Amino acid sequence: MCLAVPGKVESIRDDDGTLMGRVNFGGVVKDVCLAYLPEIAVGDYALVHVGFAISRIDEASARETLRTFAELGILAAGLAELRESDEPVQPPP
Amino acid sequence: MKHLAEYRDADTARRLAAEIGRIVTRPWAIMEVCGGQTHSIIRHGLDQLLPPEVELIHGPGCPVCVTPLETIDKALAIARRPGVTLCSFGDMLRVPGSCEDLFAVRAAGGDVRVVYSPLDAVALARAHPERQVVFLAIGFETTAPANAMAVKLAARERLPNFSLLVSHVLVPPAIRAIMRSPGNRVNAFLAAGHVSSVMGTWQYPPLAREFGVPIVVTGFEPLDLLEGIRRAVVQLEAGRHELENAYPRVVTERGNEPAQAVIGEVFAAVDRAWRGIGVIPASGWRLADAYAEFDAEQRFDVRGITAVESPLCKSGEVLKGALKPNQCPAFGKECTPRTPLGATMVSTEGACAAYYHAGRT
Repeated sequence: MCLAVPGKVESIRDDDGTLMGRVNFGGVVKDVCLAYLPEIAVGDYALVHVGFAISRIDEASARETLRTFAELGILAAGLAELRESDEPVQPPP
Repeated sequence: MKHLAEYRDADTARRLAAEIGRIVTRPWAIMEVCGGQTHSIIRHGLDQLLPPEVELIHGPGCPVCVTPLETIDKALAIARRPGVTLCSFGDMLRVPGSCEDLFAVRAAGGDVRVVYSPLDAVALARAHPERQVVFLAIGFETTAPANAMAVKLAARERLPNFSLLVSHVLVPPAIRAIMRSPGNRVNAFLAAGHVSSVMGTWQYPPLAREFGVPIVVTGFEPLDLLEGIRRAVVQLEAGRHELENAYPRVVTERGNEPAQAVIGEVFAAVDRAWRGIGVIPASGWRLADAYAEFDAEQRFDVRGITAVESPLCKSGEVLKGALKPNQCPAFGKECTPRTPLGATMVSTEGACAAYYHAGRT
């Protein structure tokens, strides 16, 4: 029920006084109410629940938590070099 | 999606579980409050990775599961009326009321619809001024900002045909009720990450102090959950009981303040009955007096409806962590996801349904 999905904000607009935006969830783009994240910018990742963005995902904190695992010596090999981007890898032409 | 792969890495999950095994010296019971976390734990088998000293107790954080039977009966009574369109999130439609569920009302010709967002219900009211559109507004603090905004929009547009049947519930009063319940075994809590993204973490330190219990705000991916458990075990072994935030990429101390402001305007605290648990003081939200005209209970005068639970269903014991789902005599026999006796078997986030689907009979 409290399921919330991260998505990337692609555009922001004012809909009769309500801040709305288009958010991309791994390829599926949906209309999302951004009224509760007035500072959000295009390109940011937001956590979306029942059509509302409720939190901006903090990239530095996301990497910091993974770094904690590395410091404990429990981050699996291959994740040690934290990926810089989650953009899909383009297949070779 | 952002970091999802990293936070689901199976190898790191096993190492985190092994680290928990390295530091634990005696038995501890840790409750994950949120049904979404229960679902993730069972689905990924995280509880089976843990050392035998660490027991996970599945808490009451599935709003579908704790919505009282009489609220379902009120929704059914409203949905049966001509001219009414009743909207809700999908899970609610299969929850059995005293006699039938909302799908049965729909099969009999009622207009019952599943919506993704409360804004979809507002849009229906806007498009169909000839119908009364009622939104069954359930949920924890995570869902309250969305439902509150739907009310505000309806008020701004002066939609006379939109109303809500509200059954909102709150996490901190539930934690308090669990810690005060006789026979409580919970030593630490994983606090629900998405509730906290809205409300912040500031509500938890007084609870941690009052009950001497570690509270770790935790996310939903396998590594998030294991890290929350690891931090709780570190505190327990050290005799500490503090708030920790193990989900800082999403949760801040203050939470989402614009959302809290709108919630404060639209809703007011109320004593709420939790299915299987009973009334918990100030554990829910109702519509504030300024928005009472949007209250479906008043508009359709269903306030007198009461209901009686199945005597076979032990969901109250399950929700308090006193009983594992498969210890209930009716589990998998009289009670299955197709023929649920109680809501913990209905919702995919209910502990009973999670056990059933994972084959934990």
